[in-house]
Amino acid sequence: MRREIPLIITISVGFLAILSFFSPPFEPLGEDFTLFFDIIAVFAFFLGGGNLMRVHIDKLIKRKKDWGFSIVTLVGFLVMLVAGLGKIGAESITSDITREGLFSTLYYNVHLPLGSTMYALLAFFVASASYRAFRAKNREATVLLIAAFIILLGSTPIGQMLTNWMPEGMSILEIPNLAVWIMSSPNLAGQRAIMIGIGLGVVSMSLRLILGIERTYLGKDSG
Amino acid sequence: MGNIGPIIVLALIAAGLVWLLLRALKGQEVDRRVIFAFILVSVAAPLLMPVTFKAKPTPIVRALFDAIDELPEGSRVLLSFDFDPPMSPEVQPMADVITRHVLAKKHQAICMTLWATGQAQFNITMNDVIKTDFPNLVEGVDWVNMGYKAGNEGVLNVIRTDFKKMFPTDANSIPFDSIPILRGVRSCGDFDLIISLGGGRPGLKEWVLFVGDPTGVPIGAGVAAVVAPQLYPYYPRQLVGLLGGVKGASEYESHFRDNYEQYRDMPTPAMVMMGPQTVAHIVIMAFIVIGNVLFFLARRKEGQS
Amino acid sequence: MSPRRSTTGARPPVLCSCLLIPLVFFFLFLTNSASLAQGETEVVDTTATTPLAPVTSLLAQDFKYDDGDKLMLTWVPSIDDIPVTGRVTAYEVYQICNNGEPHRIAELLPEVSTFRVEELHRDSSYQFYVLALAEDASAQSVVTAAITPEQEWLKWNWLNLMVMTIVVCGAVMVFIKTATKGRKLFVRKIAGLEAVDEAIGRATEMGRPILYIPGINDMDDVQTLASLTILGHVAEQVANYDIKIRMPVARSLVMTAARETIKAGYQTAGRPDAYTDDMVSYITDEQFGYVAAVNGIMVREKPATVFLLGAFFAESLILAETGNSVGAIQIAGTARPAQLPFFIAACDFTLIGEELFAASAYLSDEPKALGSLKGQDVGKGIAMAAIIIGVTLTTLATLTGAEWMSSATELIRSWFVVTD
Repeated sequence: MRREIPLIITISVGFLAILSFFSPPFEPLGEDFTLFFDIIAVFAFFLGGGNLMRVHIDKLIKRKKDWGFSIVTLVGFLVMLVAGLGKIGAESITSDITREGLFSTLYYNVHLPLGSTMYALLAFFVASASYRAFRAKNREATVLLIAAFIILLGSTPIGQMLTNWMPEGMSILEIPNLAVWIMSSPNLAGQRAIMIGIGLGVVSMSLRLILGIERTYLGKDSG
Repeated sequence: MGNIGPIIVLALIAAGLVWLLLRALKGQEVDRRVIFAFILVSVAAPLLMPVTFKAKPTPIVRALFDAIDELPEGSRVLLSFDFDPPMSPEVQPMADVITRHVLAKKHQAICMTLWATGQAQFNITMNDVIKTDFPNLVEGVDWVNMGYKAGNEGVLNVIRTDFKKMFPTDANSIPFDSIPILRGVRSCGDFDLIISLGGGRPGLKEWVLFVGDPTGVPIGAGVAAVVAPQLYPYYPRQLVGLLGGVKGASEYESHFRDNYEQYRDMPTPAMVMMGPQTVAHIVIMAFIVIGNVLFFLARRKEGQS
Repeated sequence: MSPRRSTTGARPPVLCSCLLIPLVFFFLFLTNSASLAQGETEVVDTTATTPLAPVTSLLAQDFKYDDGDKLMLTWVPSIDDIPVTGRVTAYEVYQICNNGEPHRIAELLPEVSTFRVEELHRDSSYQFYVLALAEDASAQSVVTAAITPEQEWLKWNWLNLMVMTIVVCGAVMVFIKTATKGRKLFVRKIAGLEAVDEAIGRATEMGRPILYIPGINDMDDVQTLASLTILGHVAEQVANYDIKIRMPVARSLVMTAARETIKAGYQTAGRPDAYTDDMVSYITDEQFGYVAAVNGIMVREKPATVFLLGAFFAESLILAETGNSVGAIQIAGTARPAQLPFFIAACDFTLIGEELFAASAYLSDEPKALGSLKGQDVGKGIAMAAIIIGVTLTTLATLTGAEWMSSATELIRSWFVVTD
């Protein structure tokens, strides 16, 4: 039964969700299912938070390898949690903690720069990946390489400066316009093909889930 | 004399690249850390010694500018702040300049977010743009912040037909019906333009699929460069205009400044960021060339052996 | 300096001039008259004495394809409702329910000519009127005939979408049925999936762990579900070879589901005792906090194999490059087209879009699942035919200028457009 009940829920919710899409009387049902998921997901935060605490406290107590990092994790987790829930530093209990108090101070001065720093790593990794991947191994790779050069130049003012002299009638050959053309024509064609494939893949996968053909994610019926 | 600093740094970067090219001709690979060091210098130097370039708007950027500019005064524009701190360097300048444009045109700005982190990003725009440049505008009358609503595209699916159902109050807990700017707003169909600012999910794609297409309300967007290519298919039929990454933002800032004299001295973070982007792109191109030199040398060696 | 206005979409300049010039002269005349008369006579506002024109042609109709709780009002705005110079300041919509007292339901801006009335009941009848408001006057329209909202069971305006859903889903089901009857279906080789067992074998030889990343979205994303179905296969192999698997996740629900999946894999392999909950751990919902933690795991534990299967965003390249730097063999897959180039550049094998969804069927080799893959091809066939016909007709219509070709193109396009 551990597997059958979730399967029945999947099948019935799946069919009702499709029905709610096409039938106005069932429309509110689709909206309710969305809300149900959100409510369940919110409660699952406790599971996640609990697991995080358990894993790191265990690591700390048993002095496992790299246990020092666990202190950072636990302190960060608890400080943000208390600052947010306790609205520390906020004027009143109804205050918006994203605008005032300790939570907002930590958010803007710790969380925001740390997040941006991680994102900024992309610049370094893009460079190292480009260096390794963009090699003119064959004809297709050479075309890709040329396109990459045009896009890279096109997204800088240098691209514009290099081809600004072109007459109005040949403006399509200006590097920024050529870059936009590559993105919106050949790239568009490829993207659309991939998107159509993905869309159909989603339909097929969803049907396998709704029909109960695919059930690996439900685990095994131990009973 | 003011440009001497950047010229020296550029010369040093160029010399370093030539040295790496000469090493490559001898068949020596470039270590990952050397690439990282070059990127660090090429991004940091133009930030420390800013050089701004005037950008000519590409048609897709201009289309969004015109869409906002041609709306009659008092039009309702919905701005969705669907991004987080990591995306902030790219998307925040777009959010700021678009909000400035919307309010400068005397449109009504209704702001919301589908990302929990978007609320804080809106606060940045509120402090840097709304309260600084438009101190006389009244919250609830000229602009409003509806805040964050969890549920991703589920939220869009609901507000498409019933805005109040998902946003019964604004971010300050003021009831929907008491907010003057929202008088007459029933669904997303009552907005004259929707602008999605972000680059993840839920984001522009979801706005187009769940709101733009079914209601016919024009949608414009500012997105991180990495997702822009996959959104070009929506332009121009399902999307009135698109800003892609720092480049798009800088074009918009430049075009906005040219058209609105009173904001000539406004901050232009995207235009400043074009300096590092330009140098970094050239460095990446140089590394691609070095990589190919190494590849052809290796292939020739293989052929000989 | 005033903002520069674009002319795109504006009224023809000649027409604008025709309207503007008399208005300017009229305005100048009023100003001059007022200044001349100042101190001598009282200024008379001519507009104040003129009655305000009401809205006309007010019509209440059933709102199509709803649950019977909406009506649509349309009207022609008051002739005094002229942009900028008009007298009308607002419109008020009044509703009369079951011949009761009228009450205001909305206040609208000038120039508005439609309004959707919502939250109505199917068992009541409704009448409406619109009040045009000016600073000094108001004008009421006629009251509409009584109308009751009707409920529709199906959104017939979405018929095209319904037909497509039935055709594609029907095709998938037909092929599932065909496959169950024992007919052999051909499915092309997918290199990334062929390499799964090889990658697990490599980890066994090296005695290093496998790192499995299911993306950063929750269980409501079908990519995460697809990833977990592949995890089932991987977990079984991991149990067979007795190697270590690490799975840090960014969502609590994914953690629970992944534990069940891995446990099932160990049970199928006959080694339930070897399973522990610690194989899957929750990190954080925060995107880059998660990336920092996973990168740390990669650098410290140096996994032999990294699976990056699911929904990925900006973190894709950061994860893939770090995996590459520690020398792991990497199999990636996502249905986020923007992230595919990064995976292709940094990983050994990449499942492109639909291949991720096909993976579980491919790996299980179960006829029913393989049948569903063939069903997709029908959808692809329809898409390809529509694209080829549409592109050909549009090109020919542009070249020849033939009206019927443009109409045919528009007709085909309308089959694929969904509107409310």
